[in-house]
Amino acid sequence: MDIEREKEIAAGARRAASYPVPPADLVNALRSEQGAWVSEVVEAFGEVTLVVPRSSIVAICTHLKSAPGFEFDMLSDVSGVDRGPEEEPRFEVNYHLFSTKRYHRLRLKVLLNQEDVHVQSVVGVWRTANWHERETFDLMGVVFDGHPDLRRILLPDDWQGHALRKDFPLRGYEPYSLT
Amino acid sequence: MSISTRNLTPPFEVVDRPLDTQMTISFGPQHPSTHGVLRLELVLDGEMVVKCVPDIGYLHTGMEKLFEYKKYQQGIVITDRMDYLNPLGNNLGYCMAVEKLLGLEIPERAQIIRVMMCELQRIGSHLVWLGTHALDLGAMTVFFYCFRQREKIMNLIEAASGERMTPSYFRIGGLMMDLPAGFERRMRSFTEDFPRAVAEFHDLLTGNRIFQRRTQGIGIISAEDAVDWGLTGPSLRGSGVALDIRRVNPYSGYETYDFDVPVEQGGDVWSRYLVRMREMDESNKIIRQALERLRPGPTKADAPKVVLPEREAMKTHMDALIHHFLIVAEGFNVPAGEVYQPIEGSKGELGVYIKSDGGPKPARVHVRGPSFVNLSALPVMCEGEMIADVVAVIGSIDIVLGEIDR
Repeated sequence: MDIEREKEIAAGARRAASYPVPPADLVNALRSEQGAWVSEVVEAFGEVTLVVPRSSIVAICTHLKSAPGFEFDMLSDVSGVDRGPEEEPRFEVNYHLFSTKRYHRLRLKVLLNQEDVHVQSVVGVWRTANWHERETFDLMGVVFDGHPDLRRILLPDDWQGHALRKDFPLRGYEPYSLT
Repeated sequence: MSISTRNLTPPFEVVDRPLDTQMTISFGPQHPSTHGVLRLELVLDGEMVVKCVPDIGYLHTGMEKLFEYKKYQQGIVITDRMDYLNPLGNNLGYCMAVEKLLGLEIPERAQIIRVMMCELQRIGSHLVWLGTHALDLGAMTVFFYCFRQREKIMNLIEAASGERMTPSYFRIGGLMMDLPAGFERRMRSFTEDFPRAVAEFHDLLTGNRIFQRRTQGIGIISAEDAVDWGLTGPSLRGSGVALDIRRVNPYSGYETYDFDVPVEQGGDVWSRYLVRMREMDESNKIIRQALERLRPGPTKADAPKVVLPEREAMKTHMDALIHHFLIVAEGFNVPAGEVYQPIEGSKGELGVYIKSDGGPKPARVHVRGPSFVNLSALPVMCEGEMIADVVAVIGSIDIVLGEIDR
């Protein structure tokens, strides 16, 4: 192996693990054209997060799925975050978008208040959202309006409460019997 | 003397049942072909599956909740138990997410060993898939051939980490320890023997007409459907989409390795089978390249407040002892923020989302398990097939229930 090749390999091994994000001018254009869709753009750790008002999540997802330059045709992940019972807004729902054509990623974030933990379902945009949203509903208690089949998925149907909320104790309230 | 049967009434009542009656059966959770504790509700019309509803959660252990109560370095142990056939891949995804938050730079030798061990684990995971998939379809011999090879992989992983199934070999900032003496020689002899083993599997199955008839044209999913349902990994590449996270979002220096991304166009069980078979050869190729590149050097990042010091340093240096005590007793603070780190696990895109609030414990850890998403597309592949083919389809998407239920 020659020295140049070795240097190249060493540089590759040292490079921080990060993935491409959509071009900044496209994101800014989207923000200026559709002011109601994006309330904040956060760039940190090489990742881009768009904070989206709750009412426009389906609209922006539908747009990003096919808009030239974005083409986010795959939804990688949906997850909920509980910031703690005293925080307001208390809940976050994170959508991790991925493009199988441009290979870049984007995170959409919806903030939800404690009294009204509802957000529109994006199953109509990507069908893979079905199970992700069921999981988020089951463990975090976020209700996805318009979901075709919003049932618990991991915990039993008669389970009380939502286990990943911060005020749910680690060991539960009482021993659960499966029989 | 003959007995006349003419006047005997049959002991059962003959009912003129309409032929189109549908029947609902519960498939699993104890069925061996469900690879764990998966339960399916199948609505059958004769032998044909009309509707398939997966029912999961039998193995739910609340791992994501548990992460929030453990320090960052303790979380690695939990990741081993998720996809228990690919624990090193899980270790890597979790460690890389934390390292991204910390901004750690991993030494070259550690990166190369990580790549090498991950590819070894990928072969091991594919071997379990191949053995059980063939077993489901009635080919018992393949199972023993696969597990004989997997035993060698297990021994190698045990030699490096001390554990067979739950290695926790990758730590935040590098590796648990360097490779033991003689490891490279054993690894090299494995990579030299392994292509012959793959040729044996091909001899046993690929030309086998029974196996072909059981897999070709079964469980078809189109490329558009596969992307829409979020399929990743070999299951997606079997539908003709050349997507590999190692190639498109490279990490750990994968962009410097020379390997192919196998793609098949059929979208059926047979295509997914061929993709995984060829992936084993590609992984073997990567291991060989990694072995060529191994040079002596550090295997832990230079970050004394995060990485545990060497035992010798603790005996001679006061500050090393203090750092060791603080890391073990209090943990280390991770800058506030959130990251999502995708890697190519053996089953698809393994994404780890970590949200930190600045303390020594994560505020939220979410794992995007590839098996979870791939299983959600099972009804698309199963409906309209025969019930006997359901086990073939389940085998072909290579699920691990530990990761689905978490």
